[in-house]
Order: sequence, then structure tokens, then C-alpha cells
Amino acid sequence: MTESSCIIIGASHAGAQLAVSLRQEGWEGRILVIGDEPYLPYHRPPLSKTFLSGEKHVDDLLIRPEAQYEKVGIDFILGQQVTSIDRKNKKVFLKEGASFAYQKLALTTGARVRKLDLPGSTLRGVLYLRDINDVENIRHFIGPRKKVVIIGGGYIGLETAAMLRKLTLDVTILEAADRILNRVTAPELSAFYARVHGEEGVAIETNVELAEFAGEGRVSEVRCKDGKVYPADLVIIGIGVVPNTELAETAGLNVDNGIMVNGHCLTNDADICAAGDCTNHFNSHYQRQMRLECVQNAMDQARVAAATLCGKVNQYNALPWFWSDQYDLKLQIVGLSEGFDEVVLRGEPETGRKFSAFYFRAGKLIAVDAVNSPQAFMVGKQIITRGLAVDKSKLSDRTIAMKEFLKSSPN
Amino acid sequence: MPVVTYISADGAINEIEVTSGTSVMQGAVDNMIDGIVAECGGSCSCATCHCYVDEAWQDKVSPASEMEKDMLECVLEQQANSRLSCQITVTDELAGLVVKLPASQF
Repeated sequence: MTESSCIIIGASHAGAQLAVSLRQEGWEGRILVIGDEPYLPYHRPPLSKTFLSGEKHVDDLLIRPEAQYEKVGIDFILGQQVTSIDRKNKKVFLKEGASFAYQKLALTTGARVRKLDLPGSTLRGVLYLRDINDVENIRHFIGPRKKVVIIGGGYIGLETAAMLRKLTLDVTILEAADRILNRVTAPELSAFYARVHGEEGVAIETNVELAEFAGEGRVSEVRCKDGKVYPADLVIIGIGVVPNTELAETAGLNVDNGIMVNGHCLTNDADICAAGDCTNHFNSHYQRQMRLECVQNAMDQARVAAATLCGKVNQYNALPWFWSDQYDLKLQIVGLSEGFDEVVLRGEPETGRKFSAFYFRAGKLIAVDAVNSPQAFMVGKQIITRGLAVDKSKLSDRTIAMKEFLKSSPN
Repeated sequence: MPVVTYISADGAINEIEVTSGTSVMQGAVDNMIDGIVAECGGSCSCATCHCYVDEAWQDKVSPASEMEKDMLECVLEQQANSRLSCQITVTDELAGLVVKLPASQF
């Protein structure tokens, strides 16, 4: 008798959670996680923060230590790549030639960095930041007062800038749009982060059109189309990620900006689930298809997928949330602000370092950005989840405690 | 290694050896105690590792930071002994620590 086997492709945050959740849901067969990096699943958020600074080491990043996986019978094959899935015969094939049969399969393949294709982009010292090896690479190039040019003023770029300033590097951020965080926040938030980074000594240039990276063997400057030149000992590019969907696509699964999954994280194959950054789902809170890039989605979808693979019914309906630590700023974001028609501010983003922004659409709260204001985050999460009505005119009044807003009734 | 006792909302008791220097949250996550969610992995950002420190141990654990206190103000079912378990570092002095877990982290 062959033992039933669930294979998880991708030793990611979603993969780790899915494996553990399978056991919690009662999966008794083999669980095998296959990952192309040489590491057990690890936390990625600290990479641009405490791991970059050297405060944390690889072992500190691991979601769970090896012994804990052994204890519950979760096997790993690490540093190897899956090249194809044979859905008819229910097998996965590795690059090195081995193949494994599955009864159930989960794809937690994550995302990879979007590459910039410019003259000189393959020079030494032109780097990205997504995994442990990337950061170890970056560490070879950093040192006090070295010049780093960061391409892209998104969260990765800003967090990296904050940490490299702390390590006393000379930091310049080049952003293509007319403001940093253009894709994800209101102009008030962008202005706030631009001000703080300026105060901390980071130079930010917007509306930048890059021409090329130049240097002899290794990068020494970044050249722009308007003729401006920025000297650089190191360039870090953070311009977003693309989902790893090729494996799914080749196997004939539905893919459209992510592997298409239903509310139970199931693909169009009844034996294959997918979870995390690589998926595209219909979000019930926002009534549209979306692909999320965050830990919350990875963990919540993984739990739902594990239940589905065990034959149970669990619906994904979590509210997305995110966080970003820069300098002494803790930003907590709940919900998606895209499409907002009004923003209400609580606190003074022009001067202080503590405020929150409440995003509304058609009178309904859809997202909160909370800077050093955890109560705004916590209460906002409740308001959105429970659909409570909010008196907008009172939100900016800081003499009213955030908790008071939980006393209202649903919209 | 210090032993920490986790008591789930349904009364289930787990006595776990937790490595000194790691957090009460990590001990629960490592051992798949599902009353602790810990989405943010210990950066005091999500408040999904809420626990109640047993009265006998309340004075022995390190005090909460302002950020943690702010978060705790708004967790479900807050009590005087509420803490975020990611912010409690396990030490040899805390051998025998008892924490209770809430029914829900959301």
C-alpha cells in the first residue's frame, strides 16, 4: 500500500504554514515541501530591516527550527527546483531528475523581483532584495559613508534606505513617479515619508527617468535621461515583484496575474491548491480579483488551502493588512486604499511622527494607514471587518479615544 | 530549558520547553499551539499573539512598552494581565511561567 502524500512546492511562508496546518487539520500521510532556496522557510520582512543590519542571523529568521518539523513529520527537499507537474499521473519532476507522486498538491511558489533591463544592469553591485542570498550579497558592498542609489520609492526601497542610513551610508532614492509610495498611499502619506527620510539625510528624487548604469566591471554611477549622474558604490533595485506562475501555467492551470484560486484556495484542478503571493483570488471585502503580496495573505490562504486539501470547507475572507518599520516609525496598514474618494487625517503629518489616515469610499471606511498609532490600526481593523458606521467629522478629534468608535452600529 | 505552560481557552494544557532568549510566542508557534497566531513574526505589529500572564507571574515578566500597551488597549477581551507574547522573552528566571490564551486572536 502506498502512503498518501501531499507535496508542497515552495518552502515559503505560505508553504510552512500550509504544511503545519495540514497536520492540524488531520492529514496523516506524508508531507513533503520542496524549495529552491537552500533554507528552511523563513520570515522575509526582517530581510530589509534587522537582517540587513546584521542584528539577526539566518537561524533567527526561520519560521520554525528544523527539529519542530521533524517532530510532526514534515519533510523537506531544499535547494532543488521543480521543473514540471504531470497532473494526469499526479507526479512532480525535479531538475535533478527525481520524481515524486502526490495525492494532493499545493503551490506556494511566491513571487520574484521585477528586473530592470537597462544598459549596465548586469554590472557587479547592481542588486535586488528579496531573499537571504540577496541581502548577503548587499552586505559585501556596504560600509560607512559608501554611496548607495536605491531605485524605487516603495516600501522595500524606503525600509532599505532607513536601515542603510542607520549604518551611515550615503543614500539616494530615485523614483519614476511624481511621489514615493505612489501606488499604495495617499499624497499625504507620501509627503510624510518624504519629509522624514529627508530629515534622516536621505536624498529623494522623483520623476526620474533612468538611462543606464555605468562602471568598469562594477557599477560606479547611475545616469538619467536628463543628464543627471548619481555616483554609486552600490545600486539596490526595488520596483516590485512578479508571481511565480510558470509551473502552474505549463501544467495547464488557470493563470492570470497569479494562479487563479477560488474562495477555498483551490485551482481548476480539484487536487491542487495554491496560496500566497503567487495566487489571484476574488476578495469579498473589496469585490474584485486581486493578488496580494503580504504575510497575512500567505498565512490565511495557507490555512484555508490545508483545510480544503483535507476535504473540509473553509472560506477565505480575511481582511488584508501590512506593516513597515522605518527609523522610529511603525506603520501599520489595514485594508486596501486603492479607489478611495476621501481621506481623513488624525494627527499632524506635516510636523510630527505620529498620525493616521482613514480612507473612505462612498462614505465607507476601506483602509487605515497608522503611523505610530497602533490604536487607529486595531480599531480600524474592527470597523472594516464588522462594517461599523464611522462619524468622519469626529475621527480627526484626538480628544476622542479611538476605542469610542467601536461603539457605533453597523452601516 | 525553561518550561512554559500554555493553557488554551478550551482548557487544554501544554507544557513546553522554550529556549532561553526566545519569546513566549515563539515557543507556542514552534509547537503548533494554535491559540497563538503571530502573523507579524514578533515585531509587535499585529496583536495576534495576545495572552494572559498568570497572576503569580505578572510582576516577574518585563513590563510592556508604550507601543505594546497601546495595542493591548484594543485587543478583544482585554484584561489587566493581557500581554503580547512576542514581547515576553523567556529567561531561566521565568521557568514555570503560566500563560492563558484567549478564545480568539481576531
